[in-house]
Amino acid sequence: MPNLNRRKFLQSTGSAFALGSTVLGFPHIAGAAKKRVVVIGGGVGGSIAAKYIAKGDSSIEVTIVEAKPSHHTCFMSNEVIGGDRDISTIEFGYDKFASHGIKVVQDKATAVDPVAHKVTTAGGVTLEYDRLVMSPGIALKWETIEGYDEAAAEIMPHAWLAGQQTALLRKQLESMDDGGLVVLAPPGNPFRCPPGPYERAAQIAHYFKHHKPKSKILILDAKDKFSKQGLFMQGYKKVYGDMIEWVAGADTGGGVTSVDPKAMKVSTDFDEHKVAVANIIPPQKAAQIAHDADLTDDSGWCPVDLGTFESKRHKDIHVIGDAGIITGMPKSGFAAGTEAKVVASAVVSMLQEKESGVNSYANACYSIIAPDYGISVVAVYKLAADRSKIEKMSGGLTPADATPEALKREVQYAYSWFKNMTAEMFG
Amino acid sequence: MLLTIVRHTFLLCVLSLLTFHTVSASDLASPAMLSDTCLGCHGPAGISEGPATPTISGMSEIYIIGAMLAYKYDNDEDKVEEVIESDPDFEDVEFFARTSTVMDRIAKGYSEAEIKAIAKYFAALPFKASVQEVNPELAKAGADIHEHHCEKCHEDGGRSADDDAGVLAGQWIPYLEYTMADFQSGDRAMPKKMRKQMEEAHDVHGEESIAKLIQFYADQQ
Repeated sequence: MPNLNRRKFLQSTGSAFALGSTVLGFPHIAGAAKKRVVVIGGGVGGSIAAKYIAKGDSSIEVTIVEAKPSHHTCFMSNEVIGGDRDISTIEFGYDKFASHGIKVVQDKATAVDPVAHKVTTAGGVTLEYDRLVMSPGIALKWETIEGYDEAAAEIMPHAWLAGQQTALLRKQLESMDDGGLVVLAPPGNPFRCPPGPYERAAQIAHYFKHHKPKSKILILDAKDKFSKQGLFMQGYKKVYGDMIEWVAGADTGGGVTSVDPKAMKVSTDFDEHKVAVANIIPPQKAAQIAHDADLTDDSGWCPVDLGTFESKRHKDIHVIGDAGIITGMPKSGFAAGTEAKVVASAVVSMLQEKESGVNSYANACYSIIAPDYGISVVAVYKLAADRSKIEKMSGGLTPADATPEALKREVQYAYSWFKNMTAEMFG
Repeated sequence: MLLTIVRHTFLLCVLSLLTFHTVSASDLASPAMLSDTCLGCHGPAGISEGPATPTISGMSEIYIIGAMLAYKYDNDEDKVEEVIESDPDFEDVEFFARTSTVMDRIAKGYSEAEIKAIAKYFAALPFKASVQEVNPELAKAGADIHEHHCEKCHEDGGRSADDDAGVLAGQWIPYLEYTMADFQSGDRAMPKKMRKQMEEAHDVHGEESIAKLIQFYADQQ
């Protein structure tokens, strides 16, 4: 015992030391160097992870790196597109983070050195970390639909990263003549927010119903089935009649394969459509920084341990949210939030050299078909014993025979979800 | 000096290890881990930002357990009674059928032990009343109705959370409206004495008695 130095002693006694020292308090021993956590990405995953790590252990130095000065949530952006919501209501700043003891670096993370444990930014800042949490979100795969690149997206918006693109799509819908055709092209799986394109179709129809009733929405899907399909199809018919037509991937040869923004034409392998507005949602992959940091596999997403969300490729780096391969859970905002809470617990335990507890995961996802017509899918999950997947314990969809009153309430609960989720993120 | 501290600490370590092992032997997630999954809808620290989801912090343990069991077992009274009888901790829980949108789908994902942990966790957190616009005249009229018909069980202006009465004061108006509509339609069960009081209030104060009560509770801080 006497010849153990302090560092070795800490390692050998591990978690128990931390517990003992917390109870009786030997700050001069326990509080050696401050532990540092860097979080990349200020969306759902990153903001909640940063807050919960800071809350879990106030001695940890938490720094969040986000390129944008404010965040537009993807959730509820379809209501902006439909016209019921102003875009300012989905924009949030990071001004409250300092009060939680979190340092905000408004800069773009450009490189991660997993060996030296360093993050560098476009602005030339270097941040050292003991553990890195990455919730970088998605990148669009421009190369997959012929003619669809960043310039084309200024004419045929994807609106799949909320903000300027959301406003652009809204503006185009407002400017188009009644009687025009809108093509909406959802990608194949996996992609961010599986029910999102179909809620969007309903929101556009809601706008058309009241302002441009002769217009039509054609969904040219890459897939043969989609999230909440039965409920969406039922809702489309009930609220919008024949205004929305969905075409399965099997009937289009796999969805939109090329676009011609100049001629405003959208093509599948089988046919060509002249459109007034095109909303092209291309296939996706993990955000660029995840690729640059060597955290992705051949799928384009990041393999992680599902209990700690630690990368399977580089230790001390955790990946959550849409960029991760979170087997069993959808790429939803709520899922990212629940992953953030789990990763926070894991990171705090690891830094305190304690054993992590049992995890609990959940999802709650609402789609608003009309102002009095909401549907949802929810789930409660646990980690499978062999850690191969996150297993569903319960959950499911809004019943197909839900009463009009229940559907109406689901909209109000969707708004509550939005208020409370954004309070969890930015409050 | 350091050596003394190290020795002391070593003893502590052994003690903590023992405690630690008992904890990790359980396959139950911590109360915070379980309860944090609720906050995306019910708000940070269980205080809802509205407009409709109720605040669940500060509710009584038995109220939360009763609600969760009704959701979990789809209002199957026999099953819920059986569960209540099987656990002394559930002794004071009362069964009342209740309707929901998503909670019946969610509650099935939690075991009785987890429900107990979640209920204890939120019951120990402070309730915070929502700030919302109310109609002062209706609220004033509601105060009178509350005093005569509700205060006996929903004590302290509906703030009390001592038993199976939910916290009404400071809840969001849409939530109060849904709840009252469900009681009236029979989708949600209530104690006989409550039905009697609601009927009397209706007889004396008319059709608007419920709306007045809702405004009164929403106005409580």
